[in-house]
Amino acid sequence: MPQMTMVQAINLAMKEAMREDPNVVVLGQDVGQDEGVFRVTEGLLKEFGPDRCIDTPLAEAAIAGGTIGMALAGMKPICEMQFDGFSYQSLHQIEGHARRFRNRTRGRLSVPMVMRFPYGGGIRAIEHHSEAPEATYAHWAGLKVVLPSSPRNARALLRAAILDPDPVIYMEPKAIYRAFREEVPEAPETMPIGKARIARAGKDMTIISYAASLRAALEAAETLEDEHRIDAEVIDLLSVSPLDSDTINASVRKTGRAVIVHEAPRHCSVSGEIVARIVEESLLYLEAPIKRVTGFDTAIPFFANELTYIPDAGRVVKAALETARF
Amino acid sequence: MPRETMTIAQKVESIRILSPDGTVDKKLEPKLPDEDLLGLYKTMLSSRLFDERCFMLQRQGRIGTYGPTKGQEAASLGFAYCINNNDWFVPAFRETAAMLYRGWPMSTIMLWWGGHEIGATPPKGLNDLPICVPVSSQCQLAMGISWAQKLKKTKDVTLVFVGDGGTSEGDFHEAMNFAGVYKLPLVQVIQNNQWAISIPRHAQTASPTIAQKAIAYGFDAFQVDGNDILACIVAGQEAVKKAREGGGPTIIEAITYRLGVHTTADDPKKYRKDEEVKEWEPKDPLIRFKAYLEKKKLLTDAVETKLREEIRLKLDEATAVAEGYRASKTEFFEYVYAEMTPELRKQKAELEEYLAHGAKPSHANELSRV
Ligand SMILES: Cc1ncc(C[n+]2csc(CCOP(=O)(O)OP(=O)(O)O)c2C)c(N)n1
Ligand SMILES: [Mg+2]
Repeated sequence: MPQMTMVQAINLAMKEAMREDPNVVVLGQDVGQDEGVFRVTEGLLKEFGPDRCIDTPLAEAAIAGGTIGMALAGMKPICEMQFDGFSYQSLHQIEGHARRFRNRTRGRLSVPMVMRFPYGGGIRAIEHHSEAPEATYAHWAGLKVVLPSSPRNARALLRAAILDPDPVIYMEPKAIYRAFREEVPEAPETMPIGKARIARAGKDMTIISYAASLRAALEAAETLEDEHRIDAEVIDLLSVSPLDSDTINASVRKTGRAVIVHEAPRHCSVSGEIVARIVEESLLYLEAPIKRVTGFDTAIPFFANELTYIPDAGRVVKAALETARF
Repeated sequence: MPRETMTIAQKVESIRILSPDGTVDKKLEPKLPDEDLLGLYKTMLSSRLFDERCFMLQRQGRIGTYGPTKGQEAASLGFAYCINNNDWFVPAFRETAAMLYRGWPMSTIMLWWGGHEIGATPPKGLNDLPICVPVSSQCQLAMGISWAQKLKKTKDVTLVFVGDGGTSEGDFHEAMNFAGVYKLPLVQVIQNNQWAISIPRHAQTASPTIAQKAIAYGFDAFQVDGNDILACIVAGQEAVKKAREGGGPTIIEAITYRLGVHTTADDPKKYRKDEEVKEWEPKDPLIRFKAYLEKKKLLTDAVETKLREEIRLKLDEATAVAEGYRASKTEFFEYVYAEMTPELRKQKAELEEYLAHGAKPSHANELSRV
């Protein structure tokens, strides 16, 4: 089984889908000749030509709107927003059209598209290149919002997203694009969208996270085990819409304690929704208030200070201990 | 009804005054004071040397990704020369020469590329917006600013920049349309440097020129040789005068070339030929302006050496100021609203408590590629 980075795994998932189905095309700024500013689309232009790996002019709304149009007309397009912060330039198409067609045509029309983009902070990038907009997208029914955490699940989930009959927003945690390698099976595989994964089994508390923050959660779990003899279970959501309430609640009912970790701001965030679902379904199982370790309710600072903002393992450990000692 | 060809009243004029070897078209040459000419040259040179310094700082990890402006100094500076401090100046991100001319300290621009909010803070006394990253979004802001100028009946104008790639955004089109409808005192410069990262100009729009887009918005345009600072100034002065006198907006397409990388994270070898760059190198705006000034006996080797030395000292000073900058790690809470909300106070205290215990955020990093 080959070892690969997340960039390579995402690239592989696109190649596999493009080889299997001529209706799968990739479009976006600099995805062709330049092979993507992160090289995620490496080799696509060479293998599939300019009609299937399409360099576009600089206009996110046109890229998204055009993608929706292609999907309506029976194709399976994957569009790239060059960065998280520029996906906002496409929102009226995604909110106003991509997510609505199935409903407003009683299923006659649908939009089987994928919009993917590099997500989150931690790479010392300039303004607007370090955003965490998952809650915005998750708020809109009709979209699925996927955030992989490793090369293997990135490849499987992108495949699932491409095969999915509905629009999927696929956010790629750029801080871990090349941070580590993982074995990826030879044959294409998928994972169900909307199903969380137990990244580490444990019995004393539940730490819920996703995307690059999962690493802080796992590192914290190690520290809790080594230094405090606390056995934490870590849940990797993989998708924040649909949100896997069952896995979250089953774990919290077992442990009685929960800490939620993400880099997006706290207010009206995914963690807010998770807290609500735990309270709604498992309130009487809780032994302590739920803690949230998140980005703050500000813009993410310019990069010189971004690591102060993005949750690290230390903050997770601190919150976990407060929960444990409540 | 027979078929007829419509005559459209708007026009696009093209201007070049200085040829690449510094020969001037005497009929078109603007009469500028000697000290202004020398000042412009010094700013161009400062911008070029600033670029070189920032490149080095980036390579040494002392600032982040850097976007050079090499080759485009005239295409921003020439227009900034045409406005005054009361006018508004709205840059994209390749207007270093114009920003220096407006009075942005070098250290401030360095701090922006170094990842500090203070680098986006305009100096007091200037009606300037900071560098704008979301491509073309600044065109809408400038449109609004010029709208306010008109509604408030000032005699001021707004100068705004965008790249060739940026003209594909809806924001550009919408801003130009409003500017035409409301006849706003707006000068929209397009720095057409032939590339938008890897996308060449011809793949950006099927329009033979970008300037001609003005025709559809109902106003006039210039297409100027953007590496000829005199052409930029002549077009800029006319557009500014027209805007001040209530004549409405102008688009100026400045034909220039990005001699360097898109940013330090970019590898142009993937998409453009070295020969193309070689072809443009002799058309460098500095070479041309320098030759012109030498012919006018305003510039000698001795003056050039002295200028370079002066600029080098200023760069040393600016680097020291930028690198000496220290901000509190939690000050970012203080500028979300005019007044911090109770929740923000709580979050700030939470972070302060964490940091007070000697916590050092640790994260695994990925090299920046922007
Ligand atoms: C809305 C938006 N989309 C994408 C980007 C990423 N990006 C930064 S610069 C650039 C190319 C800009 O080309 P152009 O407008 O010609 O300006 P130039 O870089 O050539 O000065 C792109 C795609 C961005 N900053 N903003
Ligand atoms: Mg350009």
